[in-house]
This record gives sequence, structure tokens and C-alpha cells, in this order.
Amino acid sequence: MNLPTMEGPVCPLPLTHRNQIVLGHGSGGRMTKELIEKVFMTYLSSSPLMENNDFASLKLPEAAVMRGKLIVSTDAHIVKPLFFAGGDIGRLAICGTVNDVSMSGATPLYLTASFILEEGLSVETLDRVLQSMKEAAHEAGVQIVAGDTKVVEQGKADGIFISTTGVGWSPPEYSIAGSEAKPGDIVLISGSIGEHGIAVLEARGELGFETRIQSDVAPLNHLIQSVLKAAPHTHVLRDPTRGGLATTLNEIAHQSGVCIELEEEAIPVQPAVLAACEMLGFDPLYIANEGKVVVVVPPEEAEAALMAMRNSKYGTLASRIGIVREAPKKRVLLRTSIGSTRVLDMLASELLPRIC
Amino acid sequence: MQFVNEFRDASLIKGVLEKIYRTATRRWVIMEICGGQTHALLKYGLDELLSDHIELVHGPGCPVCVTSLELVDKAVAIASQPDVIFCSYGDMLRVPGSERDLFSVRAAGGQVRVVYSPLDAVRIAKENPDKQVVFFAIGFETTAPVNAMSVIQAKAQRIKNYSVLVSQVCVPPAMHAILGTPSCRVQGFLAAGHVCTVMGYWEYLPIAEKYHVPIVVTGFEPLDLVQGIFMCVQQLENGSAVVENAYTRAVTLKGNEAAQAIINRVYEPCDRNWRGIGTIPMSGWQLSPEWAEFDAEKRFQIHHIQTQESPLCIAGLILQGLKKPFECPAFGTTCTPQNPLGATMVSSEGACAAYYQYGRTL
Repeated sequence: MNLPTMEGPVCPLPLTHRNQIVLGHGSGGRMTKELIEKVFMTYLSSSPLMENNDFASLKLPEAAVMRGKLIVSTDAHIVKPLFFAGGDIGRLAICGTVNDVSMSGATPLYLTASFILEEGLSVETLDRVLQSMKEAAHEAGVQIVAGDTKVVEQGKADGIFISTTGVGWSPPEYSIAGSEAKPGDIVLISGSIGEHGIAVLEARGELGFETRIQSDVAPLNHLIQSVLKAAPHTHVLRDPTRGGLATTLNEIAHQSGVCIELEEEAIPVQPAVLAACEMLGFDPLYIANEGKVVVVVPPEEAEAALMAMRNSKYGTLASRIGIVREAPKKRVLLRTSIGSTRVLDMLASELLPRIC
Repeated sequence: MQFVNEFRDASLIKGVLEKIYRTATRRWVIMEICGGQTHALLKYGLDELLSDHIELVHGPGCPVCVTSLELVDKAVAIASQPDVIFCSYGDMLRVPGSERDLFSVRAAGGQVRVVYSPLDAVRIAKENPDKQVVFFAIGFETTAPVNAMSVIQAKAQRIKNYSVLVSQVCVPPAMHAILGTPSCRVQGFLAAGHVCTVMGYWEYLPIAEKYHVPIVVTGFEPLDLVQGIFMCVQQLENGSAVVENAYTRAVTLKGNEAAQAIINRVYEPCDRNWRGIGTIPMSGWQLSPEWAEFDAEKRFQIHHIQTQESPLCIAGLILQGLKKPFECPAFGTTCTPQNPLGATMVSSEGACAAYYQYGRTL
């Protein structure tokens, strides 16, 4: 009589899902732990994170213990596609929040990051995004000190959403805010505009033509610290992200109750961005940037601020683009090259390409 | 940018402006036909620089603005159906229908996609054989050849799930309608350069003669515009009324005959209802019977469309050049680009949107 050959206990082990995100990775159990240890910690490994607490306990810089302000900013990052010329969602998630904290004049110190992952995401993609976050955080000199991960069903998210919160310290002598622009102030921009928006559109493959435009996504904290060293009485710092330069200047004009007058010819725009905008019927003044800052300074510090930017890695094309005036209040005016003046309004809603 | 910067040269533009100032002995009323020209005039502030010498009146040449409300409602109804991918040029998405726009169809789960060319819609149809793909074929003579070409391509590739919702309109019948109105104040026209690139300008010769009105074919860059206006002023001062071409780098008398052949192959003339203006006889094109299988109006039997215009909107008077946007009580208050009451506030070529964006009177 032949007995069946037993190969030992046949209880199939569950698949480990090392290459793809599945719902179990968000369960909070063993799979979550493994994802954090094997994937996240490869890239994000600051000492507060490695303590594995539900919180991060942080030291303030010595100079901050007695004085100054704590600056906090938070931002959720979604971008389609996740990778585009010049950057990706990881770099964007670090730079976006580093820059927002920096716009107060603060030195950004710590970041937290929450991830919403879509079931089915490849771990290789997650690796690339985390590597990019690590590099951007290193470049900015900030530590990622706390994090969280959730997984949602397929179709409920676009691959990865990343929400980051940043904490920074600002010395008490700065009073930098959107409401501080004064008549007579000079308006500077740290470089050419419109690159990020066009690079992302191109990466979506919808343009029907190719460009070599790279996103400008970059951490601006070092540039801003050198501006403040050169121009300590800076009144406003703001990054012209969604809505572009025109929308950002309108916000400042409204908050400060002033008029901002721009010289059209002084605004730096790369020829490739201009050409893409011509074809699509877009205006570069309304296209998003992720590595530019508008600086409003008193006239006596303008030249020093401009030079400080031009000597920084991300500010070589910095330019003086306009002046703050008393009236008409809450208006942005553009002086065209042919000598006429027109009002620059905020972006109304989604940018749409024109018909013909 | 080569071939663009030259036409934005401040010193050349100022030179032509000076010539206009010297030539004009009275304030002439000139209509630019095309919304693209309206947009450029306001963007470069040329209306401000010319205001003492020329009254610029904005014409009906905005394809989004004149697409009939009934067709917008039909588009919304078709796009709301399951298993339909509705493709459109971006501008159309925000145009208010009687109740909804295409954006709200998309927000409610409808598949509405922005395409840059109808040929993209043909590709989408090929990639989605189990869906009905409909393209909203709107526009003047400028978009007609490529819209027609999409149907030719679909037929050649035996793509059965593609159709077009046609709202093609033509400039010359609209000029007849404007000039035939007793209240018409327009003394000279800038014809739309891109329309003439396709069609040539032979169609305008009888109009200039019949109504004794000068017509100058004009481009879209600021130098083109001031040159077109200058040539028009010269004619008005001399009492002449002929068709002249100020856009010679793109336009010939006969136009693009290959493009016209494509239009004639696919389309036939028909009466069209212009939003805000009314029905103008033989002012548009529809698919000729040979191509009827691609007609979305026939494929999707949409009836019982009850159109309801906003009672406040005076877009019709604006499109005929009888009113300026700031003369509308809703302008900039209840009607803004975020919340438009009429199509002229939506499109980048719409006169109200151009006035709002460039803040003429705000």
C-alpha cells in the first residue's frame, strides 16, 4: 500500500509583498513595522525617528531658548505624475515646507512627514521618492523627526500623497510678513519664472510637443539666510507657487494695502517657457514656481539683497522687477514695454489652454 | 523668440501709434472681429494708448462665447451619460449651460477630458473601443479644418465609436448681420488674421463694397494690431472702402486651399444660432449627409432641451459691439470669471473676461 508522501506541514506562508504596497502595509501591524524598518528607515533615520515613539522630543537651538519665535508651517503635496523633469513629489514635499517656514525669515530645523500610499504602488517607486526626500532634506539641512503612513485602496489616491510639517526658529528682530510692504520698497525675484508648472504639464505628456524645461523645485532657506544677512530690514518674503507671480503679488498688495508696480521687461522668463506659454495661451506670470522667492526690501538694502541672491546657488538670475507705491491700493500694475499700464489680477481658477 | 519679438518691438509700435495720432482727424469706430485681438489689445494696453483717436468695439469672434446655449446643454447631457468620454477644448468646460457646465459634469463623475487637438480625441476613441468618444467641434473657420480632419481620420481607421458635436461658425455672415443692423456704429473692421489664414480674404471683397466699409486683415501681435488700425484709419480719412491685408506673412487672397478642400469635403453650410445674437442664415457648417454617421446629435438623441439664459447677462449686445462690458450691471459683481453668467466672461477670448482680467474699469 502506497502512503501519500508528506512534505511536512502544508500551511502556506503569506506572501511578503516586498515589491508592492498592499492594504496590509497600512494595518499598523507587522507589515507596517516591516515597511517602516526595511524601506522608510533606509532613508529617514534621524535620531528622534529612531527612538520609535509617537512623538519627537526636540532640542531648540541655544540662541532660541531665551528669545525669538517658533515658526510652523504645513503643506500637503499631490502631483501627477510623481516624477517630472527637475524633481519629484519627494523633493517637492521637502522644499515646499522648508520654503514656507523660510518665508518668515526663520531657519527651518525639523520636518514631519505623513504618507498616504495607494495600494499597488511599487516599493521601487517609494524608494526613489524617499531617496529624493533624503537628499533634499540634507541639502536644506533639516531633520525629518516624525512620520506616519497610511495605505488606501487602489483608485483612492494617486500613488503617493505626502503631507509635511516644518518647524523653524526665527530671531526676534525680524518682522517679515505679507502685510509689511511699504511705499518706496523695491520688489525683487530670485530668478526666472514659470518653469515648474510647464515641466509638470510636459511630464503629463499632454502638450503634444517636447520642451527641455526643468522644474525649479529647490530649498531656498540658504538663499534667504544670505538675503537677510545682507538686508536685515527685509519686509516681505513669499514664494510664488500656485497662481504664479501675479497671484502672489496680489496677495501682498492686498495684505499691505499698497500698489505694486512691475516692469514687464525686467521679469526674467526663460525663452523656452515663453515659447511654451505662447503655444498654449498661458501667461508665465500665472504659472507655478517651486524654487523662487519674491523679496520686498527698503530701497537702501535692495542692491545688497539682490547681490546676496545672485551669489547663491538658486538665485543667479535674481532681478529687480518693480516698486511698491502708495496707490491705487490693493492693485498690481504692469508697465508694458510699449509704455502702457495694465492691471494684473489674481488667477481666477484653473488654467485652461485656449482654442486657437 | 524669433518672429514674435520683432512684432512686440516698443519703438516700432510707438512709431505706428504716432502715425495714427497724426492721421486721425476724428474718433473713428473700429471693430476688431476676433476675441484674440481683443485680448491682445487689452493685454498690451493699446486701447488706452489709442483712446483719444479710436473707439475700439469688440466683435463676435469668440468661438466659446457664440456657441449656442442649446448645444452647451446638449454637450452637458451627452457628457453625463455613462460610457461616454466627452472631449473638448479647455475653454468650453467653464461655459455655463442652462443649469450646469462641463466642469460640474466632471466633478459628478462624468468623463470629460481637455484635449489640445481633436486628433487626440480620435486616439482616445481608438484606445477605448468600449466607450463612445464625443468631441465638441466648436470654432470659427480656424478650427474647422482640424475638426473635419478628425472625422476623416476616424473613417479611414474604421473607428466607429467616435463622433463630433458640431458648432462651427463663419465670420462673413456675422459681419453681414452686424452691418445690416440699423443701430450699427462700426465704421471700419479689422478682419481676423487666423480665420483669413485658412479662408483667404476674397469673401470680404463684396462686404467692403456693399456696405462701403474698409476691412483690414490684421494679425495678433501689438505691431500687427497698430498697423491694421493705421491702415484702416488711412482708408477712413481718404473715404475709401476696400479690403487690405496687413498680415501678409500669414494670409493670401485665396488662403489655404488644402484646408478649404477638407472643410468642403466634410461640412456643408447651415443656419446657426449664435449665443446672445440669434440665428444668422447660412452662418455655420454642419456635417454633410455623407458623414452623418459621425454626428453626435444624431447618435445621441437628446431632446427636450429647455434653455434658460441668465436674465442679467447682456453678452449678446457686447458681441454685437452695442455695449461695453463695464456697461453691464453684473460685470465684476455678480458676474466674474470664477462665477460667469455668460460665456463672454469665460473664454480668454471673451470681451468681458479680457476687461475683467486687465481691469479696465475696476
